[in-house]
Amino acid sequence: MLSKRIIPCLDVRNGRVVKGVNFQNVADVDDPVKLARFYSEQGADELVFYDITASNEGRNIFLDVVEKVAKEISIPFTVGGGIREVEDFHKALAAGADKVSVNSAAVKNPQLIKEASLKYGKQCVVLSIDCKKSRQGNWTVFLNGGRIDTGKDAIAWAKEGEALGAGEIVLNSMDADGVKTGFHIPITKAIAEAVQVPVVASGGAGTKEHFLEVLTTGKADAALAASVFHFGEILIPDLKEYLYNNEIAIRRVKHG
Amino acid sequence: MICIIDYGVGNIKSVQNAFDRLGYESKLSCRKEDIEACSHIVLPGVGAFRDAVANLQKSGLVDCLTENVQRGKPLLGICLGMQLLFTKSYEDGVYDGLDFIQGEIVPFQLQDAEKKVPHMGWNELVCHRENPICRGVVEGEQVYFVHSYYAQMANDADLIYSAEYEIDVPAVVNHGNVYGMQFHPEKSSQTGEQLLKNFVELIK
Repeated sequence: MLSKRIIPCLDVRNGRVVKGVNFQNVADVDDPVKLARFYSEQGADELVFYDITASNEGRNIFLDVVEKVAKEISIPFTVGGGIREVEDFHKALAAGADKVSVNSAAVKNPQLIKEASLKYGKQCVVLSIDCKKSRQGNWTVFLNGGRIDTGKDAIAWAKEGEALGAGEIVLNSMDADGVKTGFHIPITKAIAEAVQVPVVASGGAGTKEHFLEVLTTGKADAALAASVFHFGEILIPDLKEYLYNNEIAIRRVKHG
Repeated sequence: MICIIDYGVGNIKSVQNAFDRLGYESKLSCRKEDIEACSHIVLPGVGAFRDAVANLQKSGLVDCLTENVQRGKPLLGICLGMQLLFTKSYEDGVYDGLDFIQGEIVPFQLQDAEKKVPHMGWNELVCHRENPICRGVVEGEQVYFVHSYYAQMANDADLIYSAEYEIDVPAVVNHGNVYGMQFHPEKSSQTGEQLLKNFVELIK
């Protein structure tokens, strides 16, 4: 049986992990390579690195980090942030990423998904969707960190993205993001039921119960989180043990 | 020296990264001299069967691989590279494979609508028979899969490990000195690294 995946996400700026990481047992918590290795050893099923640098120089440093991380870890590795054209997919994959996540650029130019998918295969094209509940009661797609409402229906966009060739959907509910009150279950479930490709829930994780809920009621195939892992509020081995005890198919860390 | 066949498909650097971590010397190449000279051949691959076979033929590697396999050199096919080892594939047409292991590559046709295709993620290994490739790996350990087609084996005796995804999905296959892994050992944490190590140690 296929396991549900637990995915830590790291924001990287100018080659360093952005503050918000707090570990006693990692010497240099800002070093993305060290943190990647740490999470890999903890039993993370996948890692996501987001580049939040704006400059070209920062971009090259990021790719250098991707290359170093890819050498170190032996779990799937997704890279996102600043992906605007097919050439950006190429650079990320050449540096050693397994999947590339695209967000705003795909909303502006949906053909990017198709082109990348035809060229590199749908398994490495991840469509990341930021959404919020609108006044009309549906969920719409937002850009630029939640500042711009495109008015585009999130479920329709997920289906369109799948049809264009996205191999996975990361759904980030901006209502839930950063507040630790739980993943947004209704939209996660609605999208998981609307598409055939795996859905990764993101935004809102605060407790182990939140993970259990989104992987069962929310029908997500994977759950992504940042701060609860970075601050050690939830340890991945504990979370996996908890999920396992609640009859979730999960990969547990190999001992010895 | 391990030769990782570089025939223009997918991210094969990650396979080399894995051998680097394990401390084995490897080389990415599509040159016949390198394939002749190496101790082990690894055939990686992500993408479409048709293109992969066409690339192998175009590079003139089919005969070279066949001769080396006949001489007993260990060959490991990974993911699409494993599928290429089989007799033929029904991915977007019908294409002949290398036929080192008998069977056909067919698409998933699952009854359970909740089960998604591609079969993507970590799944448990179920053991069918003992083999040197299994050393240090326990049934139930998980490995990372990404694929939409699977091998229908002609001979059950060639199946070492499978994974359950409504059907028994062949995960590790073996015929003589030819091995195949449907998942990505280079992305499968300690379990994957152990399997790669076992492959190299087959003739050490």
